[in-house]
Amino acid sequence: HGPYQPHEPGYGLYQPGYSPYDDQIPDPKSRMLAIQNAKAYLLKSSTTSGLNLYDHLANMLTKILDEQPTNAVDIIENISKDVKWAQFQKKMDTLRDEHEILPTFEAAEKRKALFLKANGGDEELEEEIGETPLPNVMETAFYFEQAGIGLSKDESYLIFLALKKLISVQPIQTCRFWGKILGLEMNYIIAEVQYHEGEEEEETEEEEVIEEGGKGMGEVEDEDEEKEKQDEPPKSTYKPPPVIPKEQNGTGANKYVYFVCNEPGKPWVKLPPVTPAQIVCARKIKKFFTGRLDAPVVSFPPFPGNEANYLRAQIARISAGPQISPIGFYQFAEEEGDEEEEGGGGRDTYEENPDFQPLSVAEMVDSLSAWVHHVQSILKQGRCIWLNPFKKSEEEEEEGEEEEKAEDPDELQQEIGPPLLTPLSEDEGIQNIPAWTAQPSTNLIPQYAIAILQSNRWPGAYAFASGKKFDNIYFGWGHKYSPETHTPALPPPVQTEYPSGPEITETRDPTLEEELAFKAAREEALVAAEEEEEEDDVEDDEEEEDD
Amino acid sequence: SLNCVEWSLLPPATEEMVAQAEQLKGRFQGDPSFEYEYTEINAEDAERLFEDGKEPVIKEEARLIATIEQIDRAVGIIPRGAFVKTPLGSVHENRNFEGLSLTEAKKLSSYFHFSEPVNLKNKTLLEKADLDPSTDFLDSLEHDIPQGSWTAQLEKGGTVVVLRSLLWLGLTFYHVPMSKQYGYVYFGTGEKNLDLPFML
Repeated sequence: HGPYQPHEPGYGLYQPGYSPYDDQIPDPKSRMLAIQNAKAYLLKSSTTSGLNLYDHLANMLTKILDEQPTNAVDIIENISKDVKWAQFQKKMDTLRDEHEILPTFEAAEKRKALFLKANGGDEELEEEIGETPLPNVMETAFYFEQAGIGLSKDESYLIFLALKKLISVQPIQTCRFWGKILGLEMNYIIAEVQYHEGEEEEETEEEEVIEEGGKGMGEVEDEDEEKEKQDEPPKSTYKPPPVIPKEQNGTGANKYVYFVCNEPGKPWVKLPPVTPAQIVCARKIKKFFTGRLDAPVVSFPPFPGNEANYLRAQIARISAGPQISPIGFYQFAEEEGDEEEEGGGGRDTYEENPDFQPLSVAEMVDSLSAWVHHVQSILKQGRCIWLNPFKKSEEEEEEGEEEEKAEDPDELQQEIGPPLLTPLSEDEGIQNIPAWTAQPSTNLIPQYAIAILQSNRWPGAYAFASGKKFDNIYFGWGHKYSPETHTPALPPPVQTEYPSGPEITETRDPTLEEELAFKAAREEALVAAEEEEEEDDVEDDEEEEDD
Repeated sequence: SLNCVEWSLLPPATEEMVAQAEQLKGRFQGDPSFEYEYTEINAEDAERLFEDGKEPVIKEEARLIATIEQIDRAVGIIPRGAFVKTPLGSVHENRNFEGLSLTEAKKLSSYFHFSEPVNLKNKTLLEKADLDPSTDFLDSLEHDIPQGSWTAQLEKGGTVVVLRSLLWLGLTFYHVPMSKQYGYVYFGTGEKNLDLPFML
């Protein structure tokens, strides 16, 4: 026990110089009583706040002695207020701490999964070092950072780990970080992936079955229409344009498979392959992405599919448009076959040129012809390789829809897109803006500068090249640039209900005057007819008399 | 500045400049002395302009100034409580501002436009009673037309709140909750997104 402090209950009992044998025993007793009364008063809780003055004074003095502020007497009211405030803070702190820990904690938990190594042992690691399909995201990020584009290092690294996880899960041959598309509620991180051959056959079988089912339905409907043309209310003569079958997985617009996730750490979701109808429709609408793949896309013309399909269609358009590479990096494969069957669609395979000589950075920047597109562009039809849709619908035409043959559109002209590996200088600009803007990353150190291109048609698409390395990336909202405002397509004109013909024609109802005039005319005609009959009768009678 | 080394001071914007610049569409060229010519103007406007005897050209510099002014006025935002208004009417920075809390930071109503309030007087009396006149003297983001023209996201595991404007694509506002850090920055083509109603 040290010397008693004024606030401890033992104070006053053992005063030096005062012994229980003194004459001042009654004094200490009364003083003690007074002290105890005073202390009891101090300990009395306040009715409004539940504190008591005793504890408050104790806390205040402790705080003053701990902090030793200058001019304590001047700011004593503030100290008192702070101490009182701290009382309340304490209780809320526990609540708030729990609350705050949650979001960051949850996020950290998700990311933690990324940081754990895969279950394979050390043997697998050695195999992977040889040929890994994993792209070096950090290296790419470094180059883009020189251009002022890119995500923060944290995020790049997390994406790197997420891609690694994707590769360990799926049988993937090549993989690339495609970019990031911003959305309203959440963003999308997208990876472009190519499977090993032979991995995606299962899906095509399912879809063929669906197509055959659709054709069967079409035949049945045609027969019904023939029988009941007169009696039933007229069926709609609207025949949707023939469904253009989508391209096979692994070719054309579906050459790559895309995986998306909202944040690195969340599971990767595979996007469905894209159909030409979706691409054609996506060209006409302009909508923000919400961040949820199952959200419906409400628009006119109605988009066939939900947000996952719209996202895939936009990715396909962006991949076909601004994905470029330095000239000479890719060259055509030596064997060329199957060209004639496809109707001159062009070659669609390329391979890396082992003899690639990189051009200097200055040349890459100065002339746009130093870059070429290495992805097939998408035709108006929505595919990369044109297909005549009327070849396949011969069965339906034989059913006898003779009236409607006249309405078939004229034979579609074969659509030809620019062949693969065309240089950028042939890209048309928009109004007077060139399609691409090129600049070196720095003018100050030309030895280590890299050439950077940004697309003006798809704002957010960037490409860089430095020696043998190059890459493309996209960061943006996912929309094409147009200087005019977007006008949605107008709905088609309302169909007439009954086709005009000799049997059924629509005419206006006669007005009142017309009806009266008609009635008067009829009465006159009746009168005239009666007179004629009388005359006829008279004539007949005369004739009979003659005979 | 074109290269971040040499900076030139831009004069403040005038109403006339803003009105003229609104008629221009298309990207910026990158050259401050580039002169635009009007391509589509009504006959009336043309007559009016030709009366002055000057040809209707605008320099890109003026367009730049007007665009900056428009962006600041339309989408320059601050968190609630960062600025206070004294009873005398002057507005200054609040040195005691410690940041919004996490729940507050996710709500659009805790951010204000940093420009002359337009909608304050339209609020009902009940709403006005809840406001604190020292901190709530600006328009909140909640009532922006069209609805939903801002996206709010938490980044970096919930430590940073990022608000992006959809009306001016490229305007990003960030704030670290429970700290004094906030700010907004614009990276973009300098064009207003007029297709916004179709895109939502």
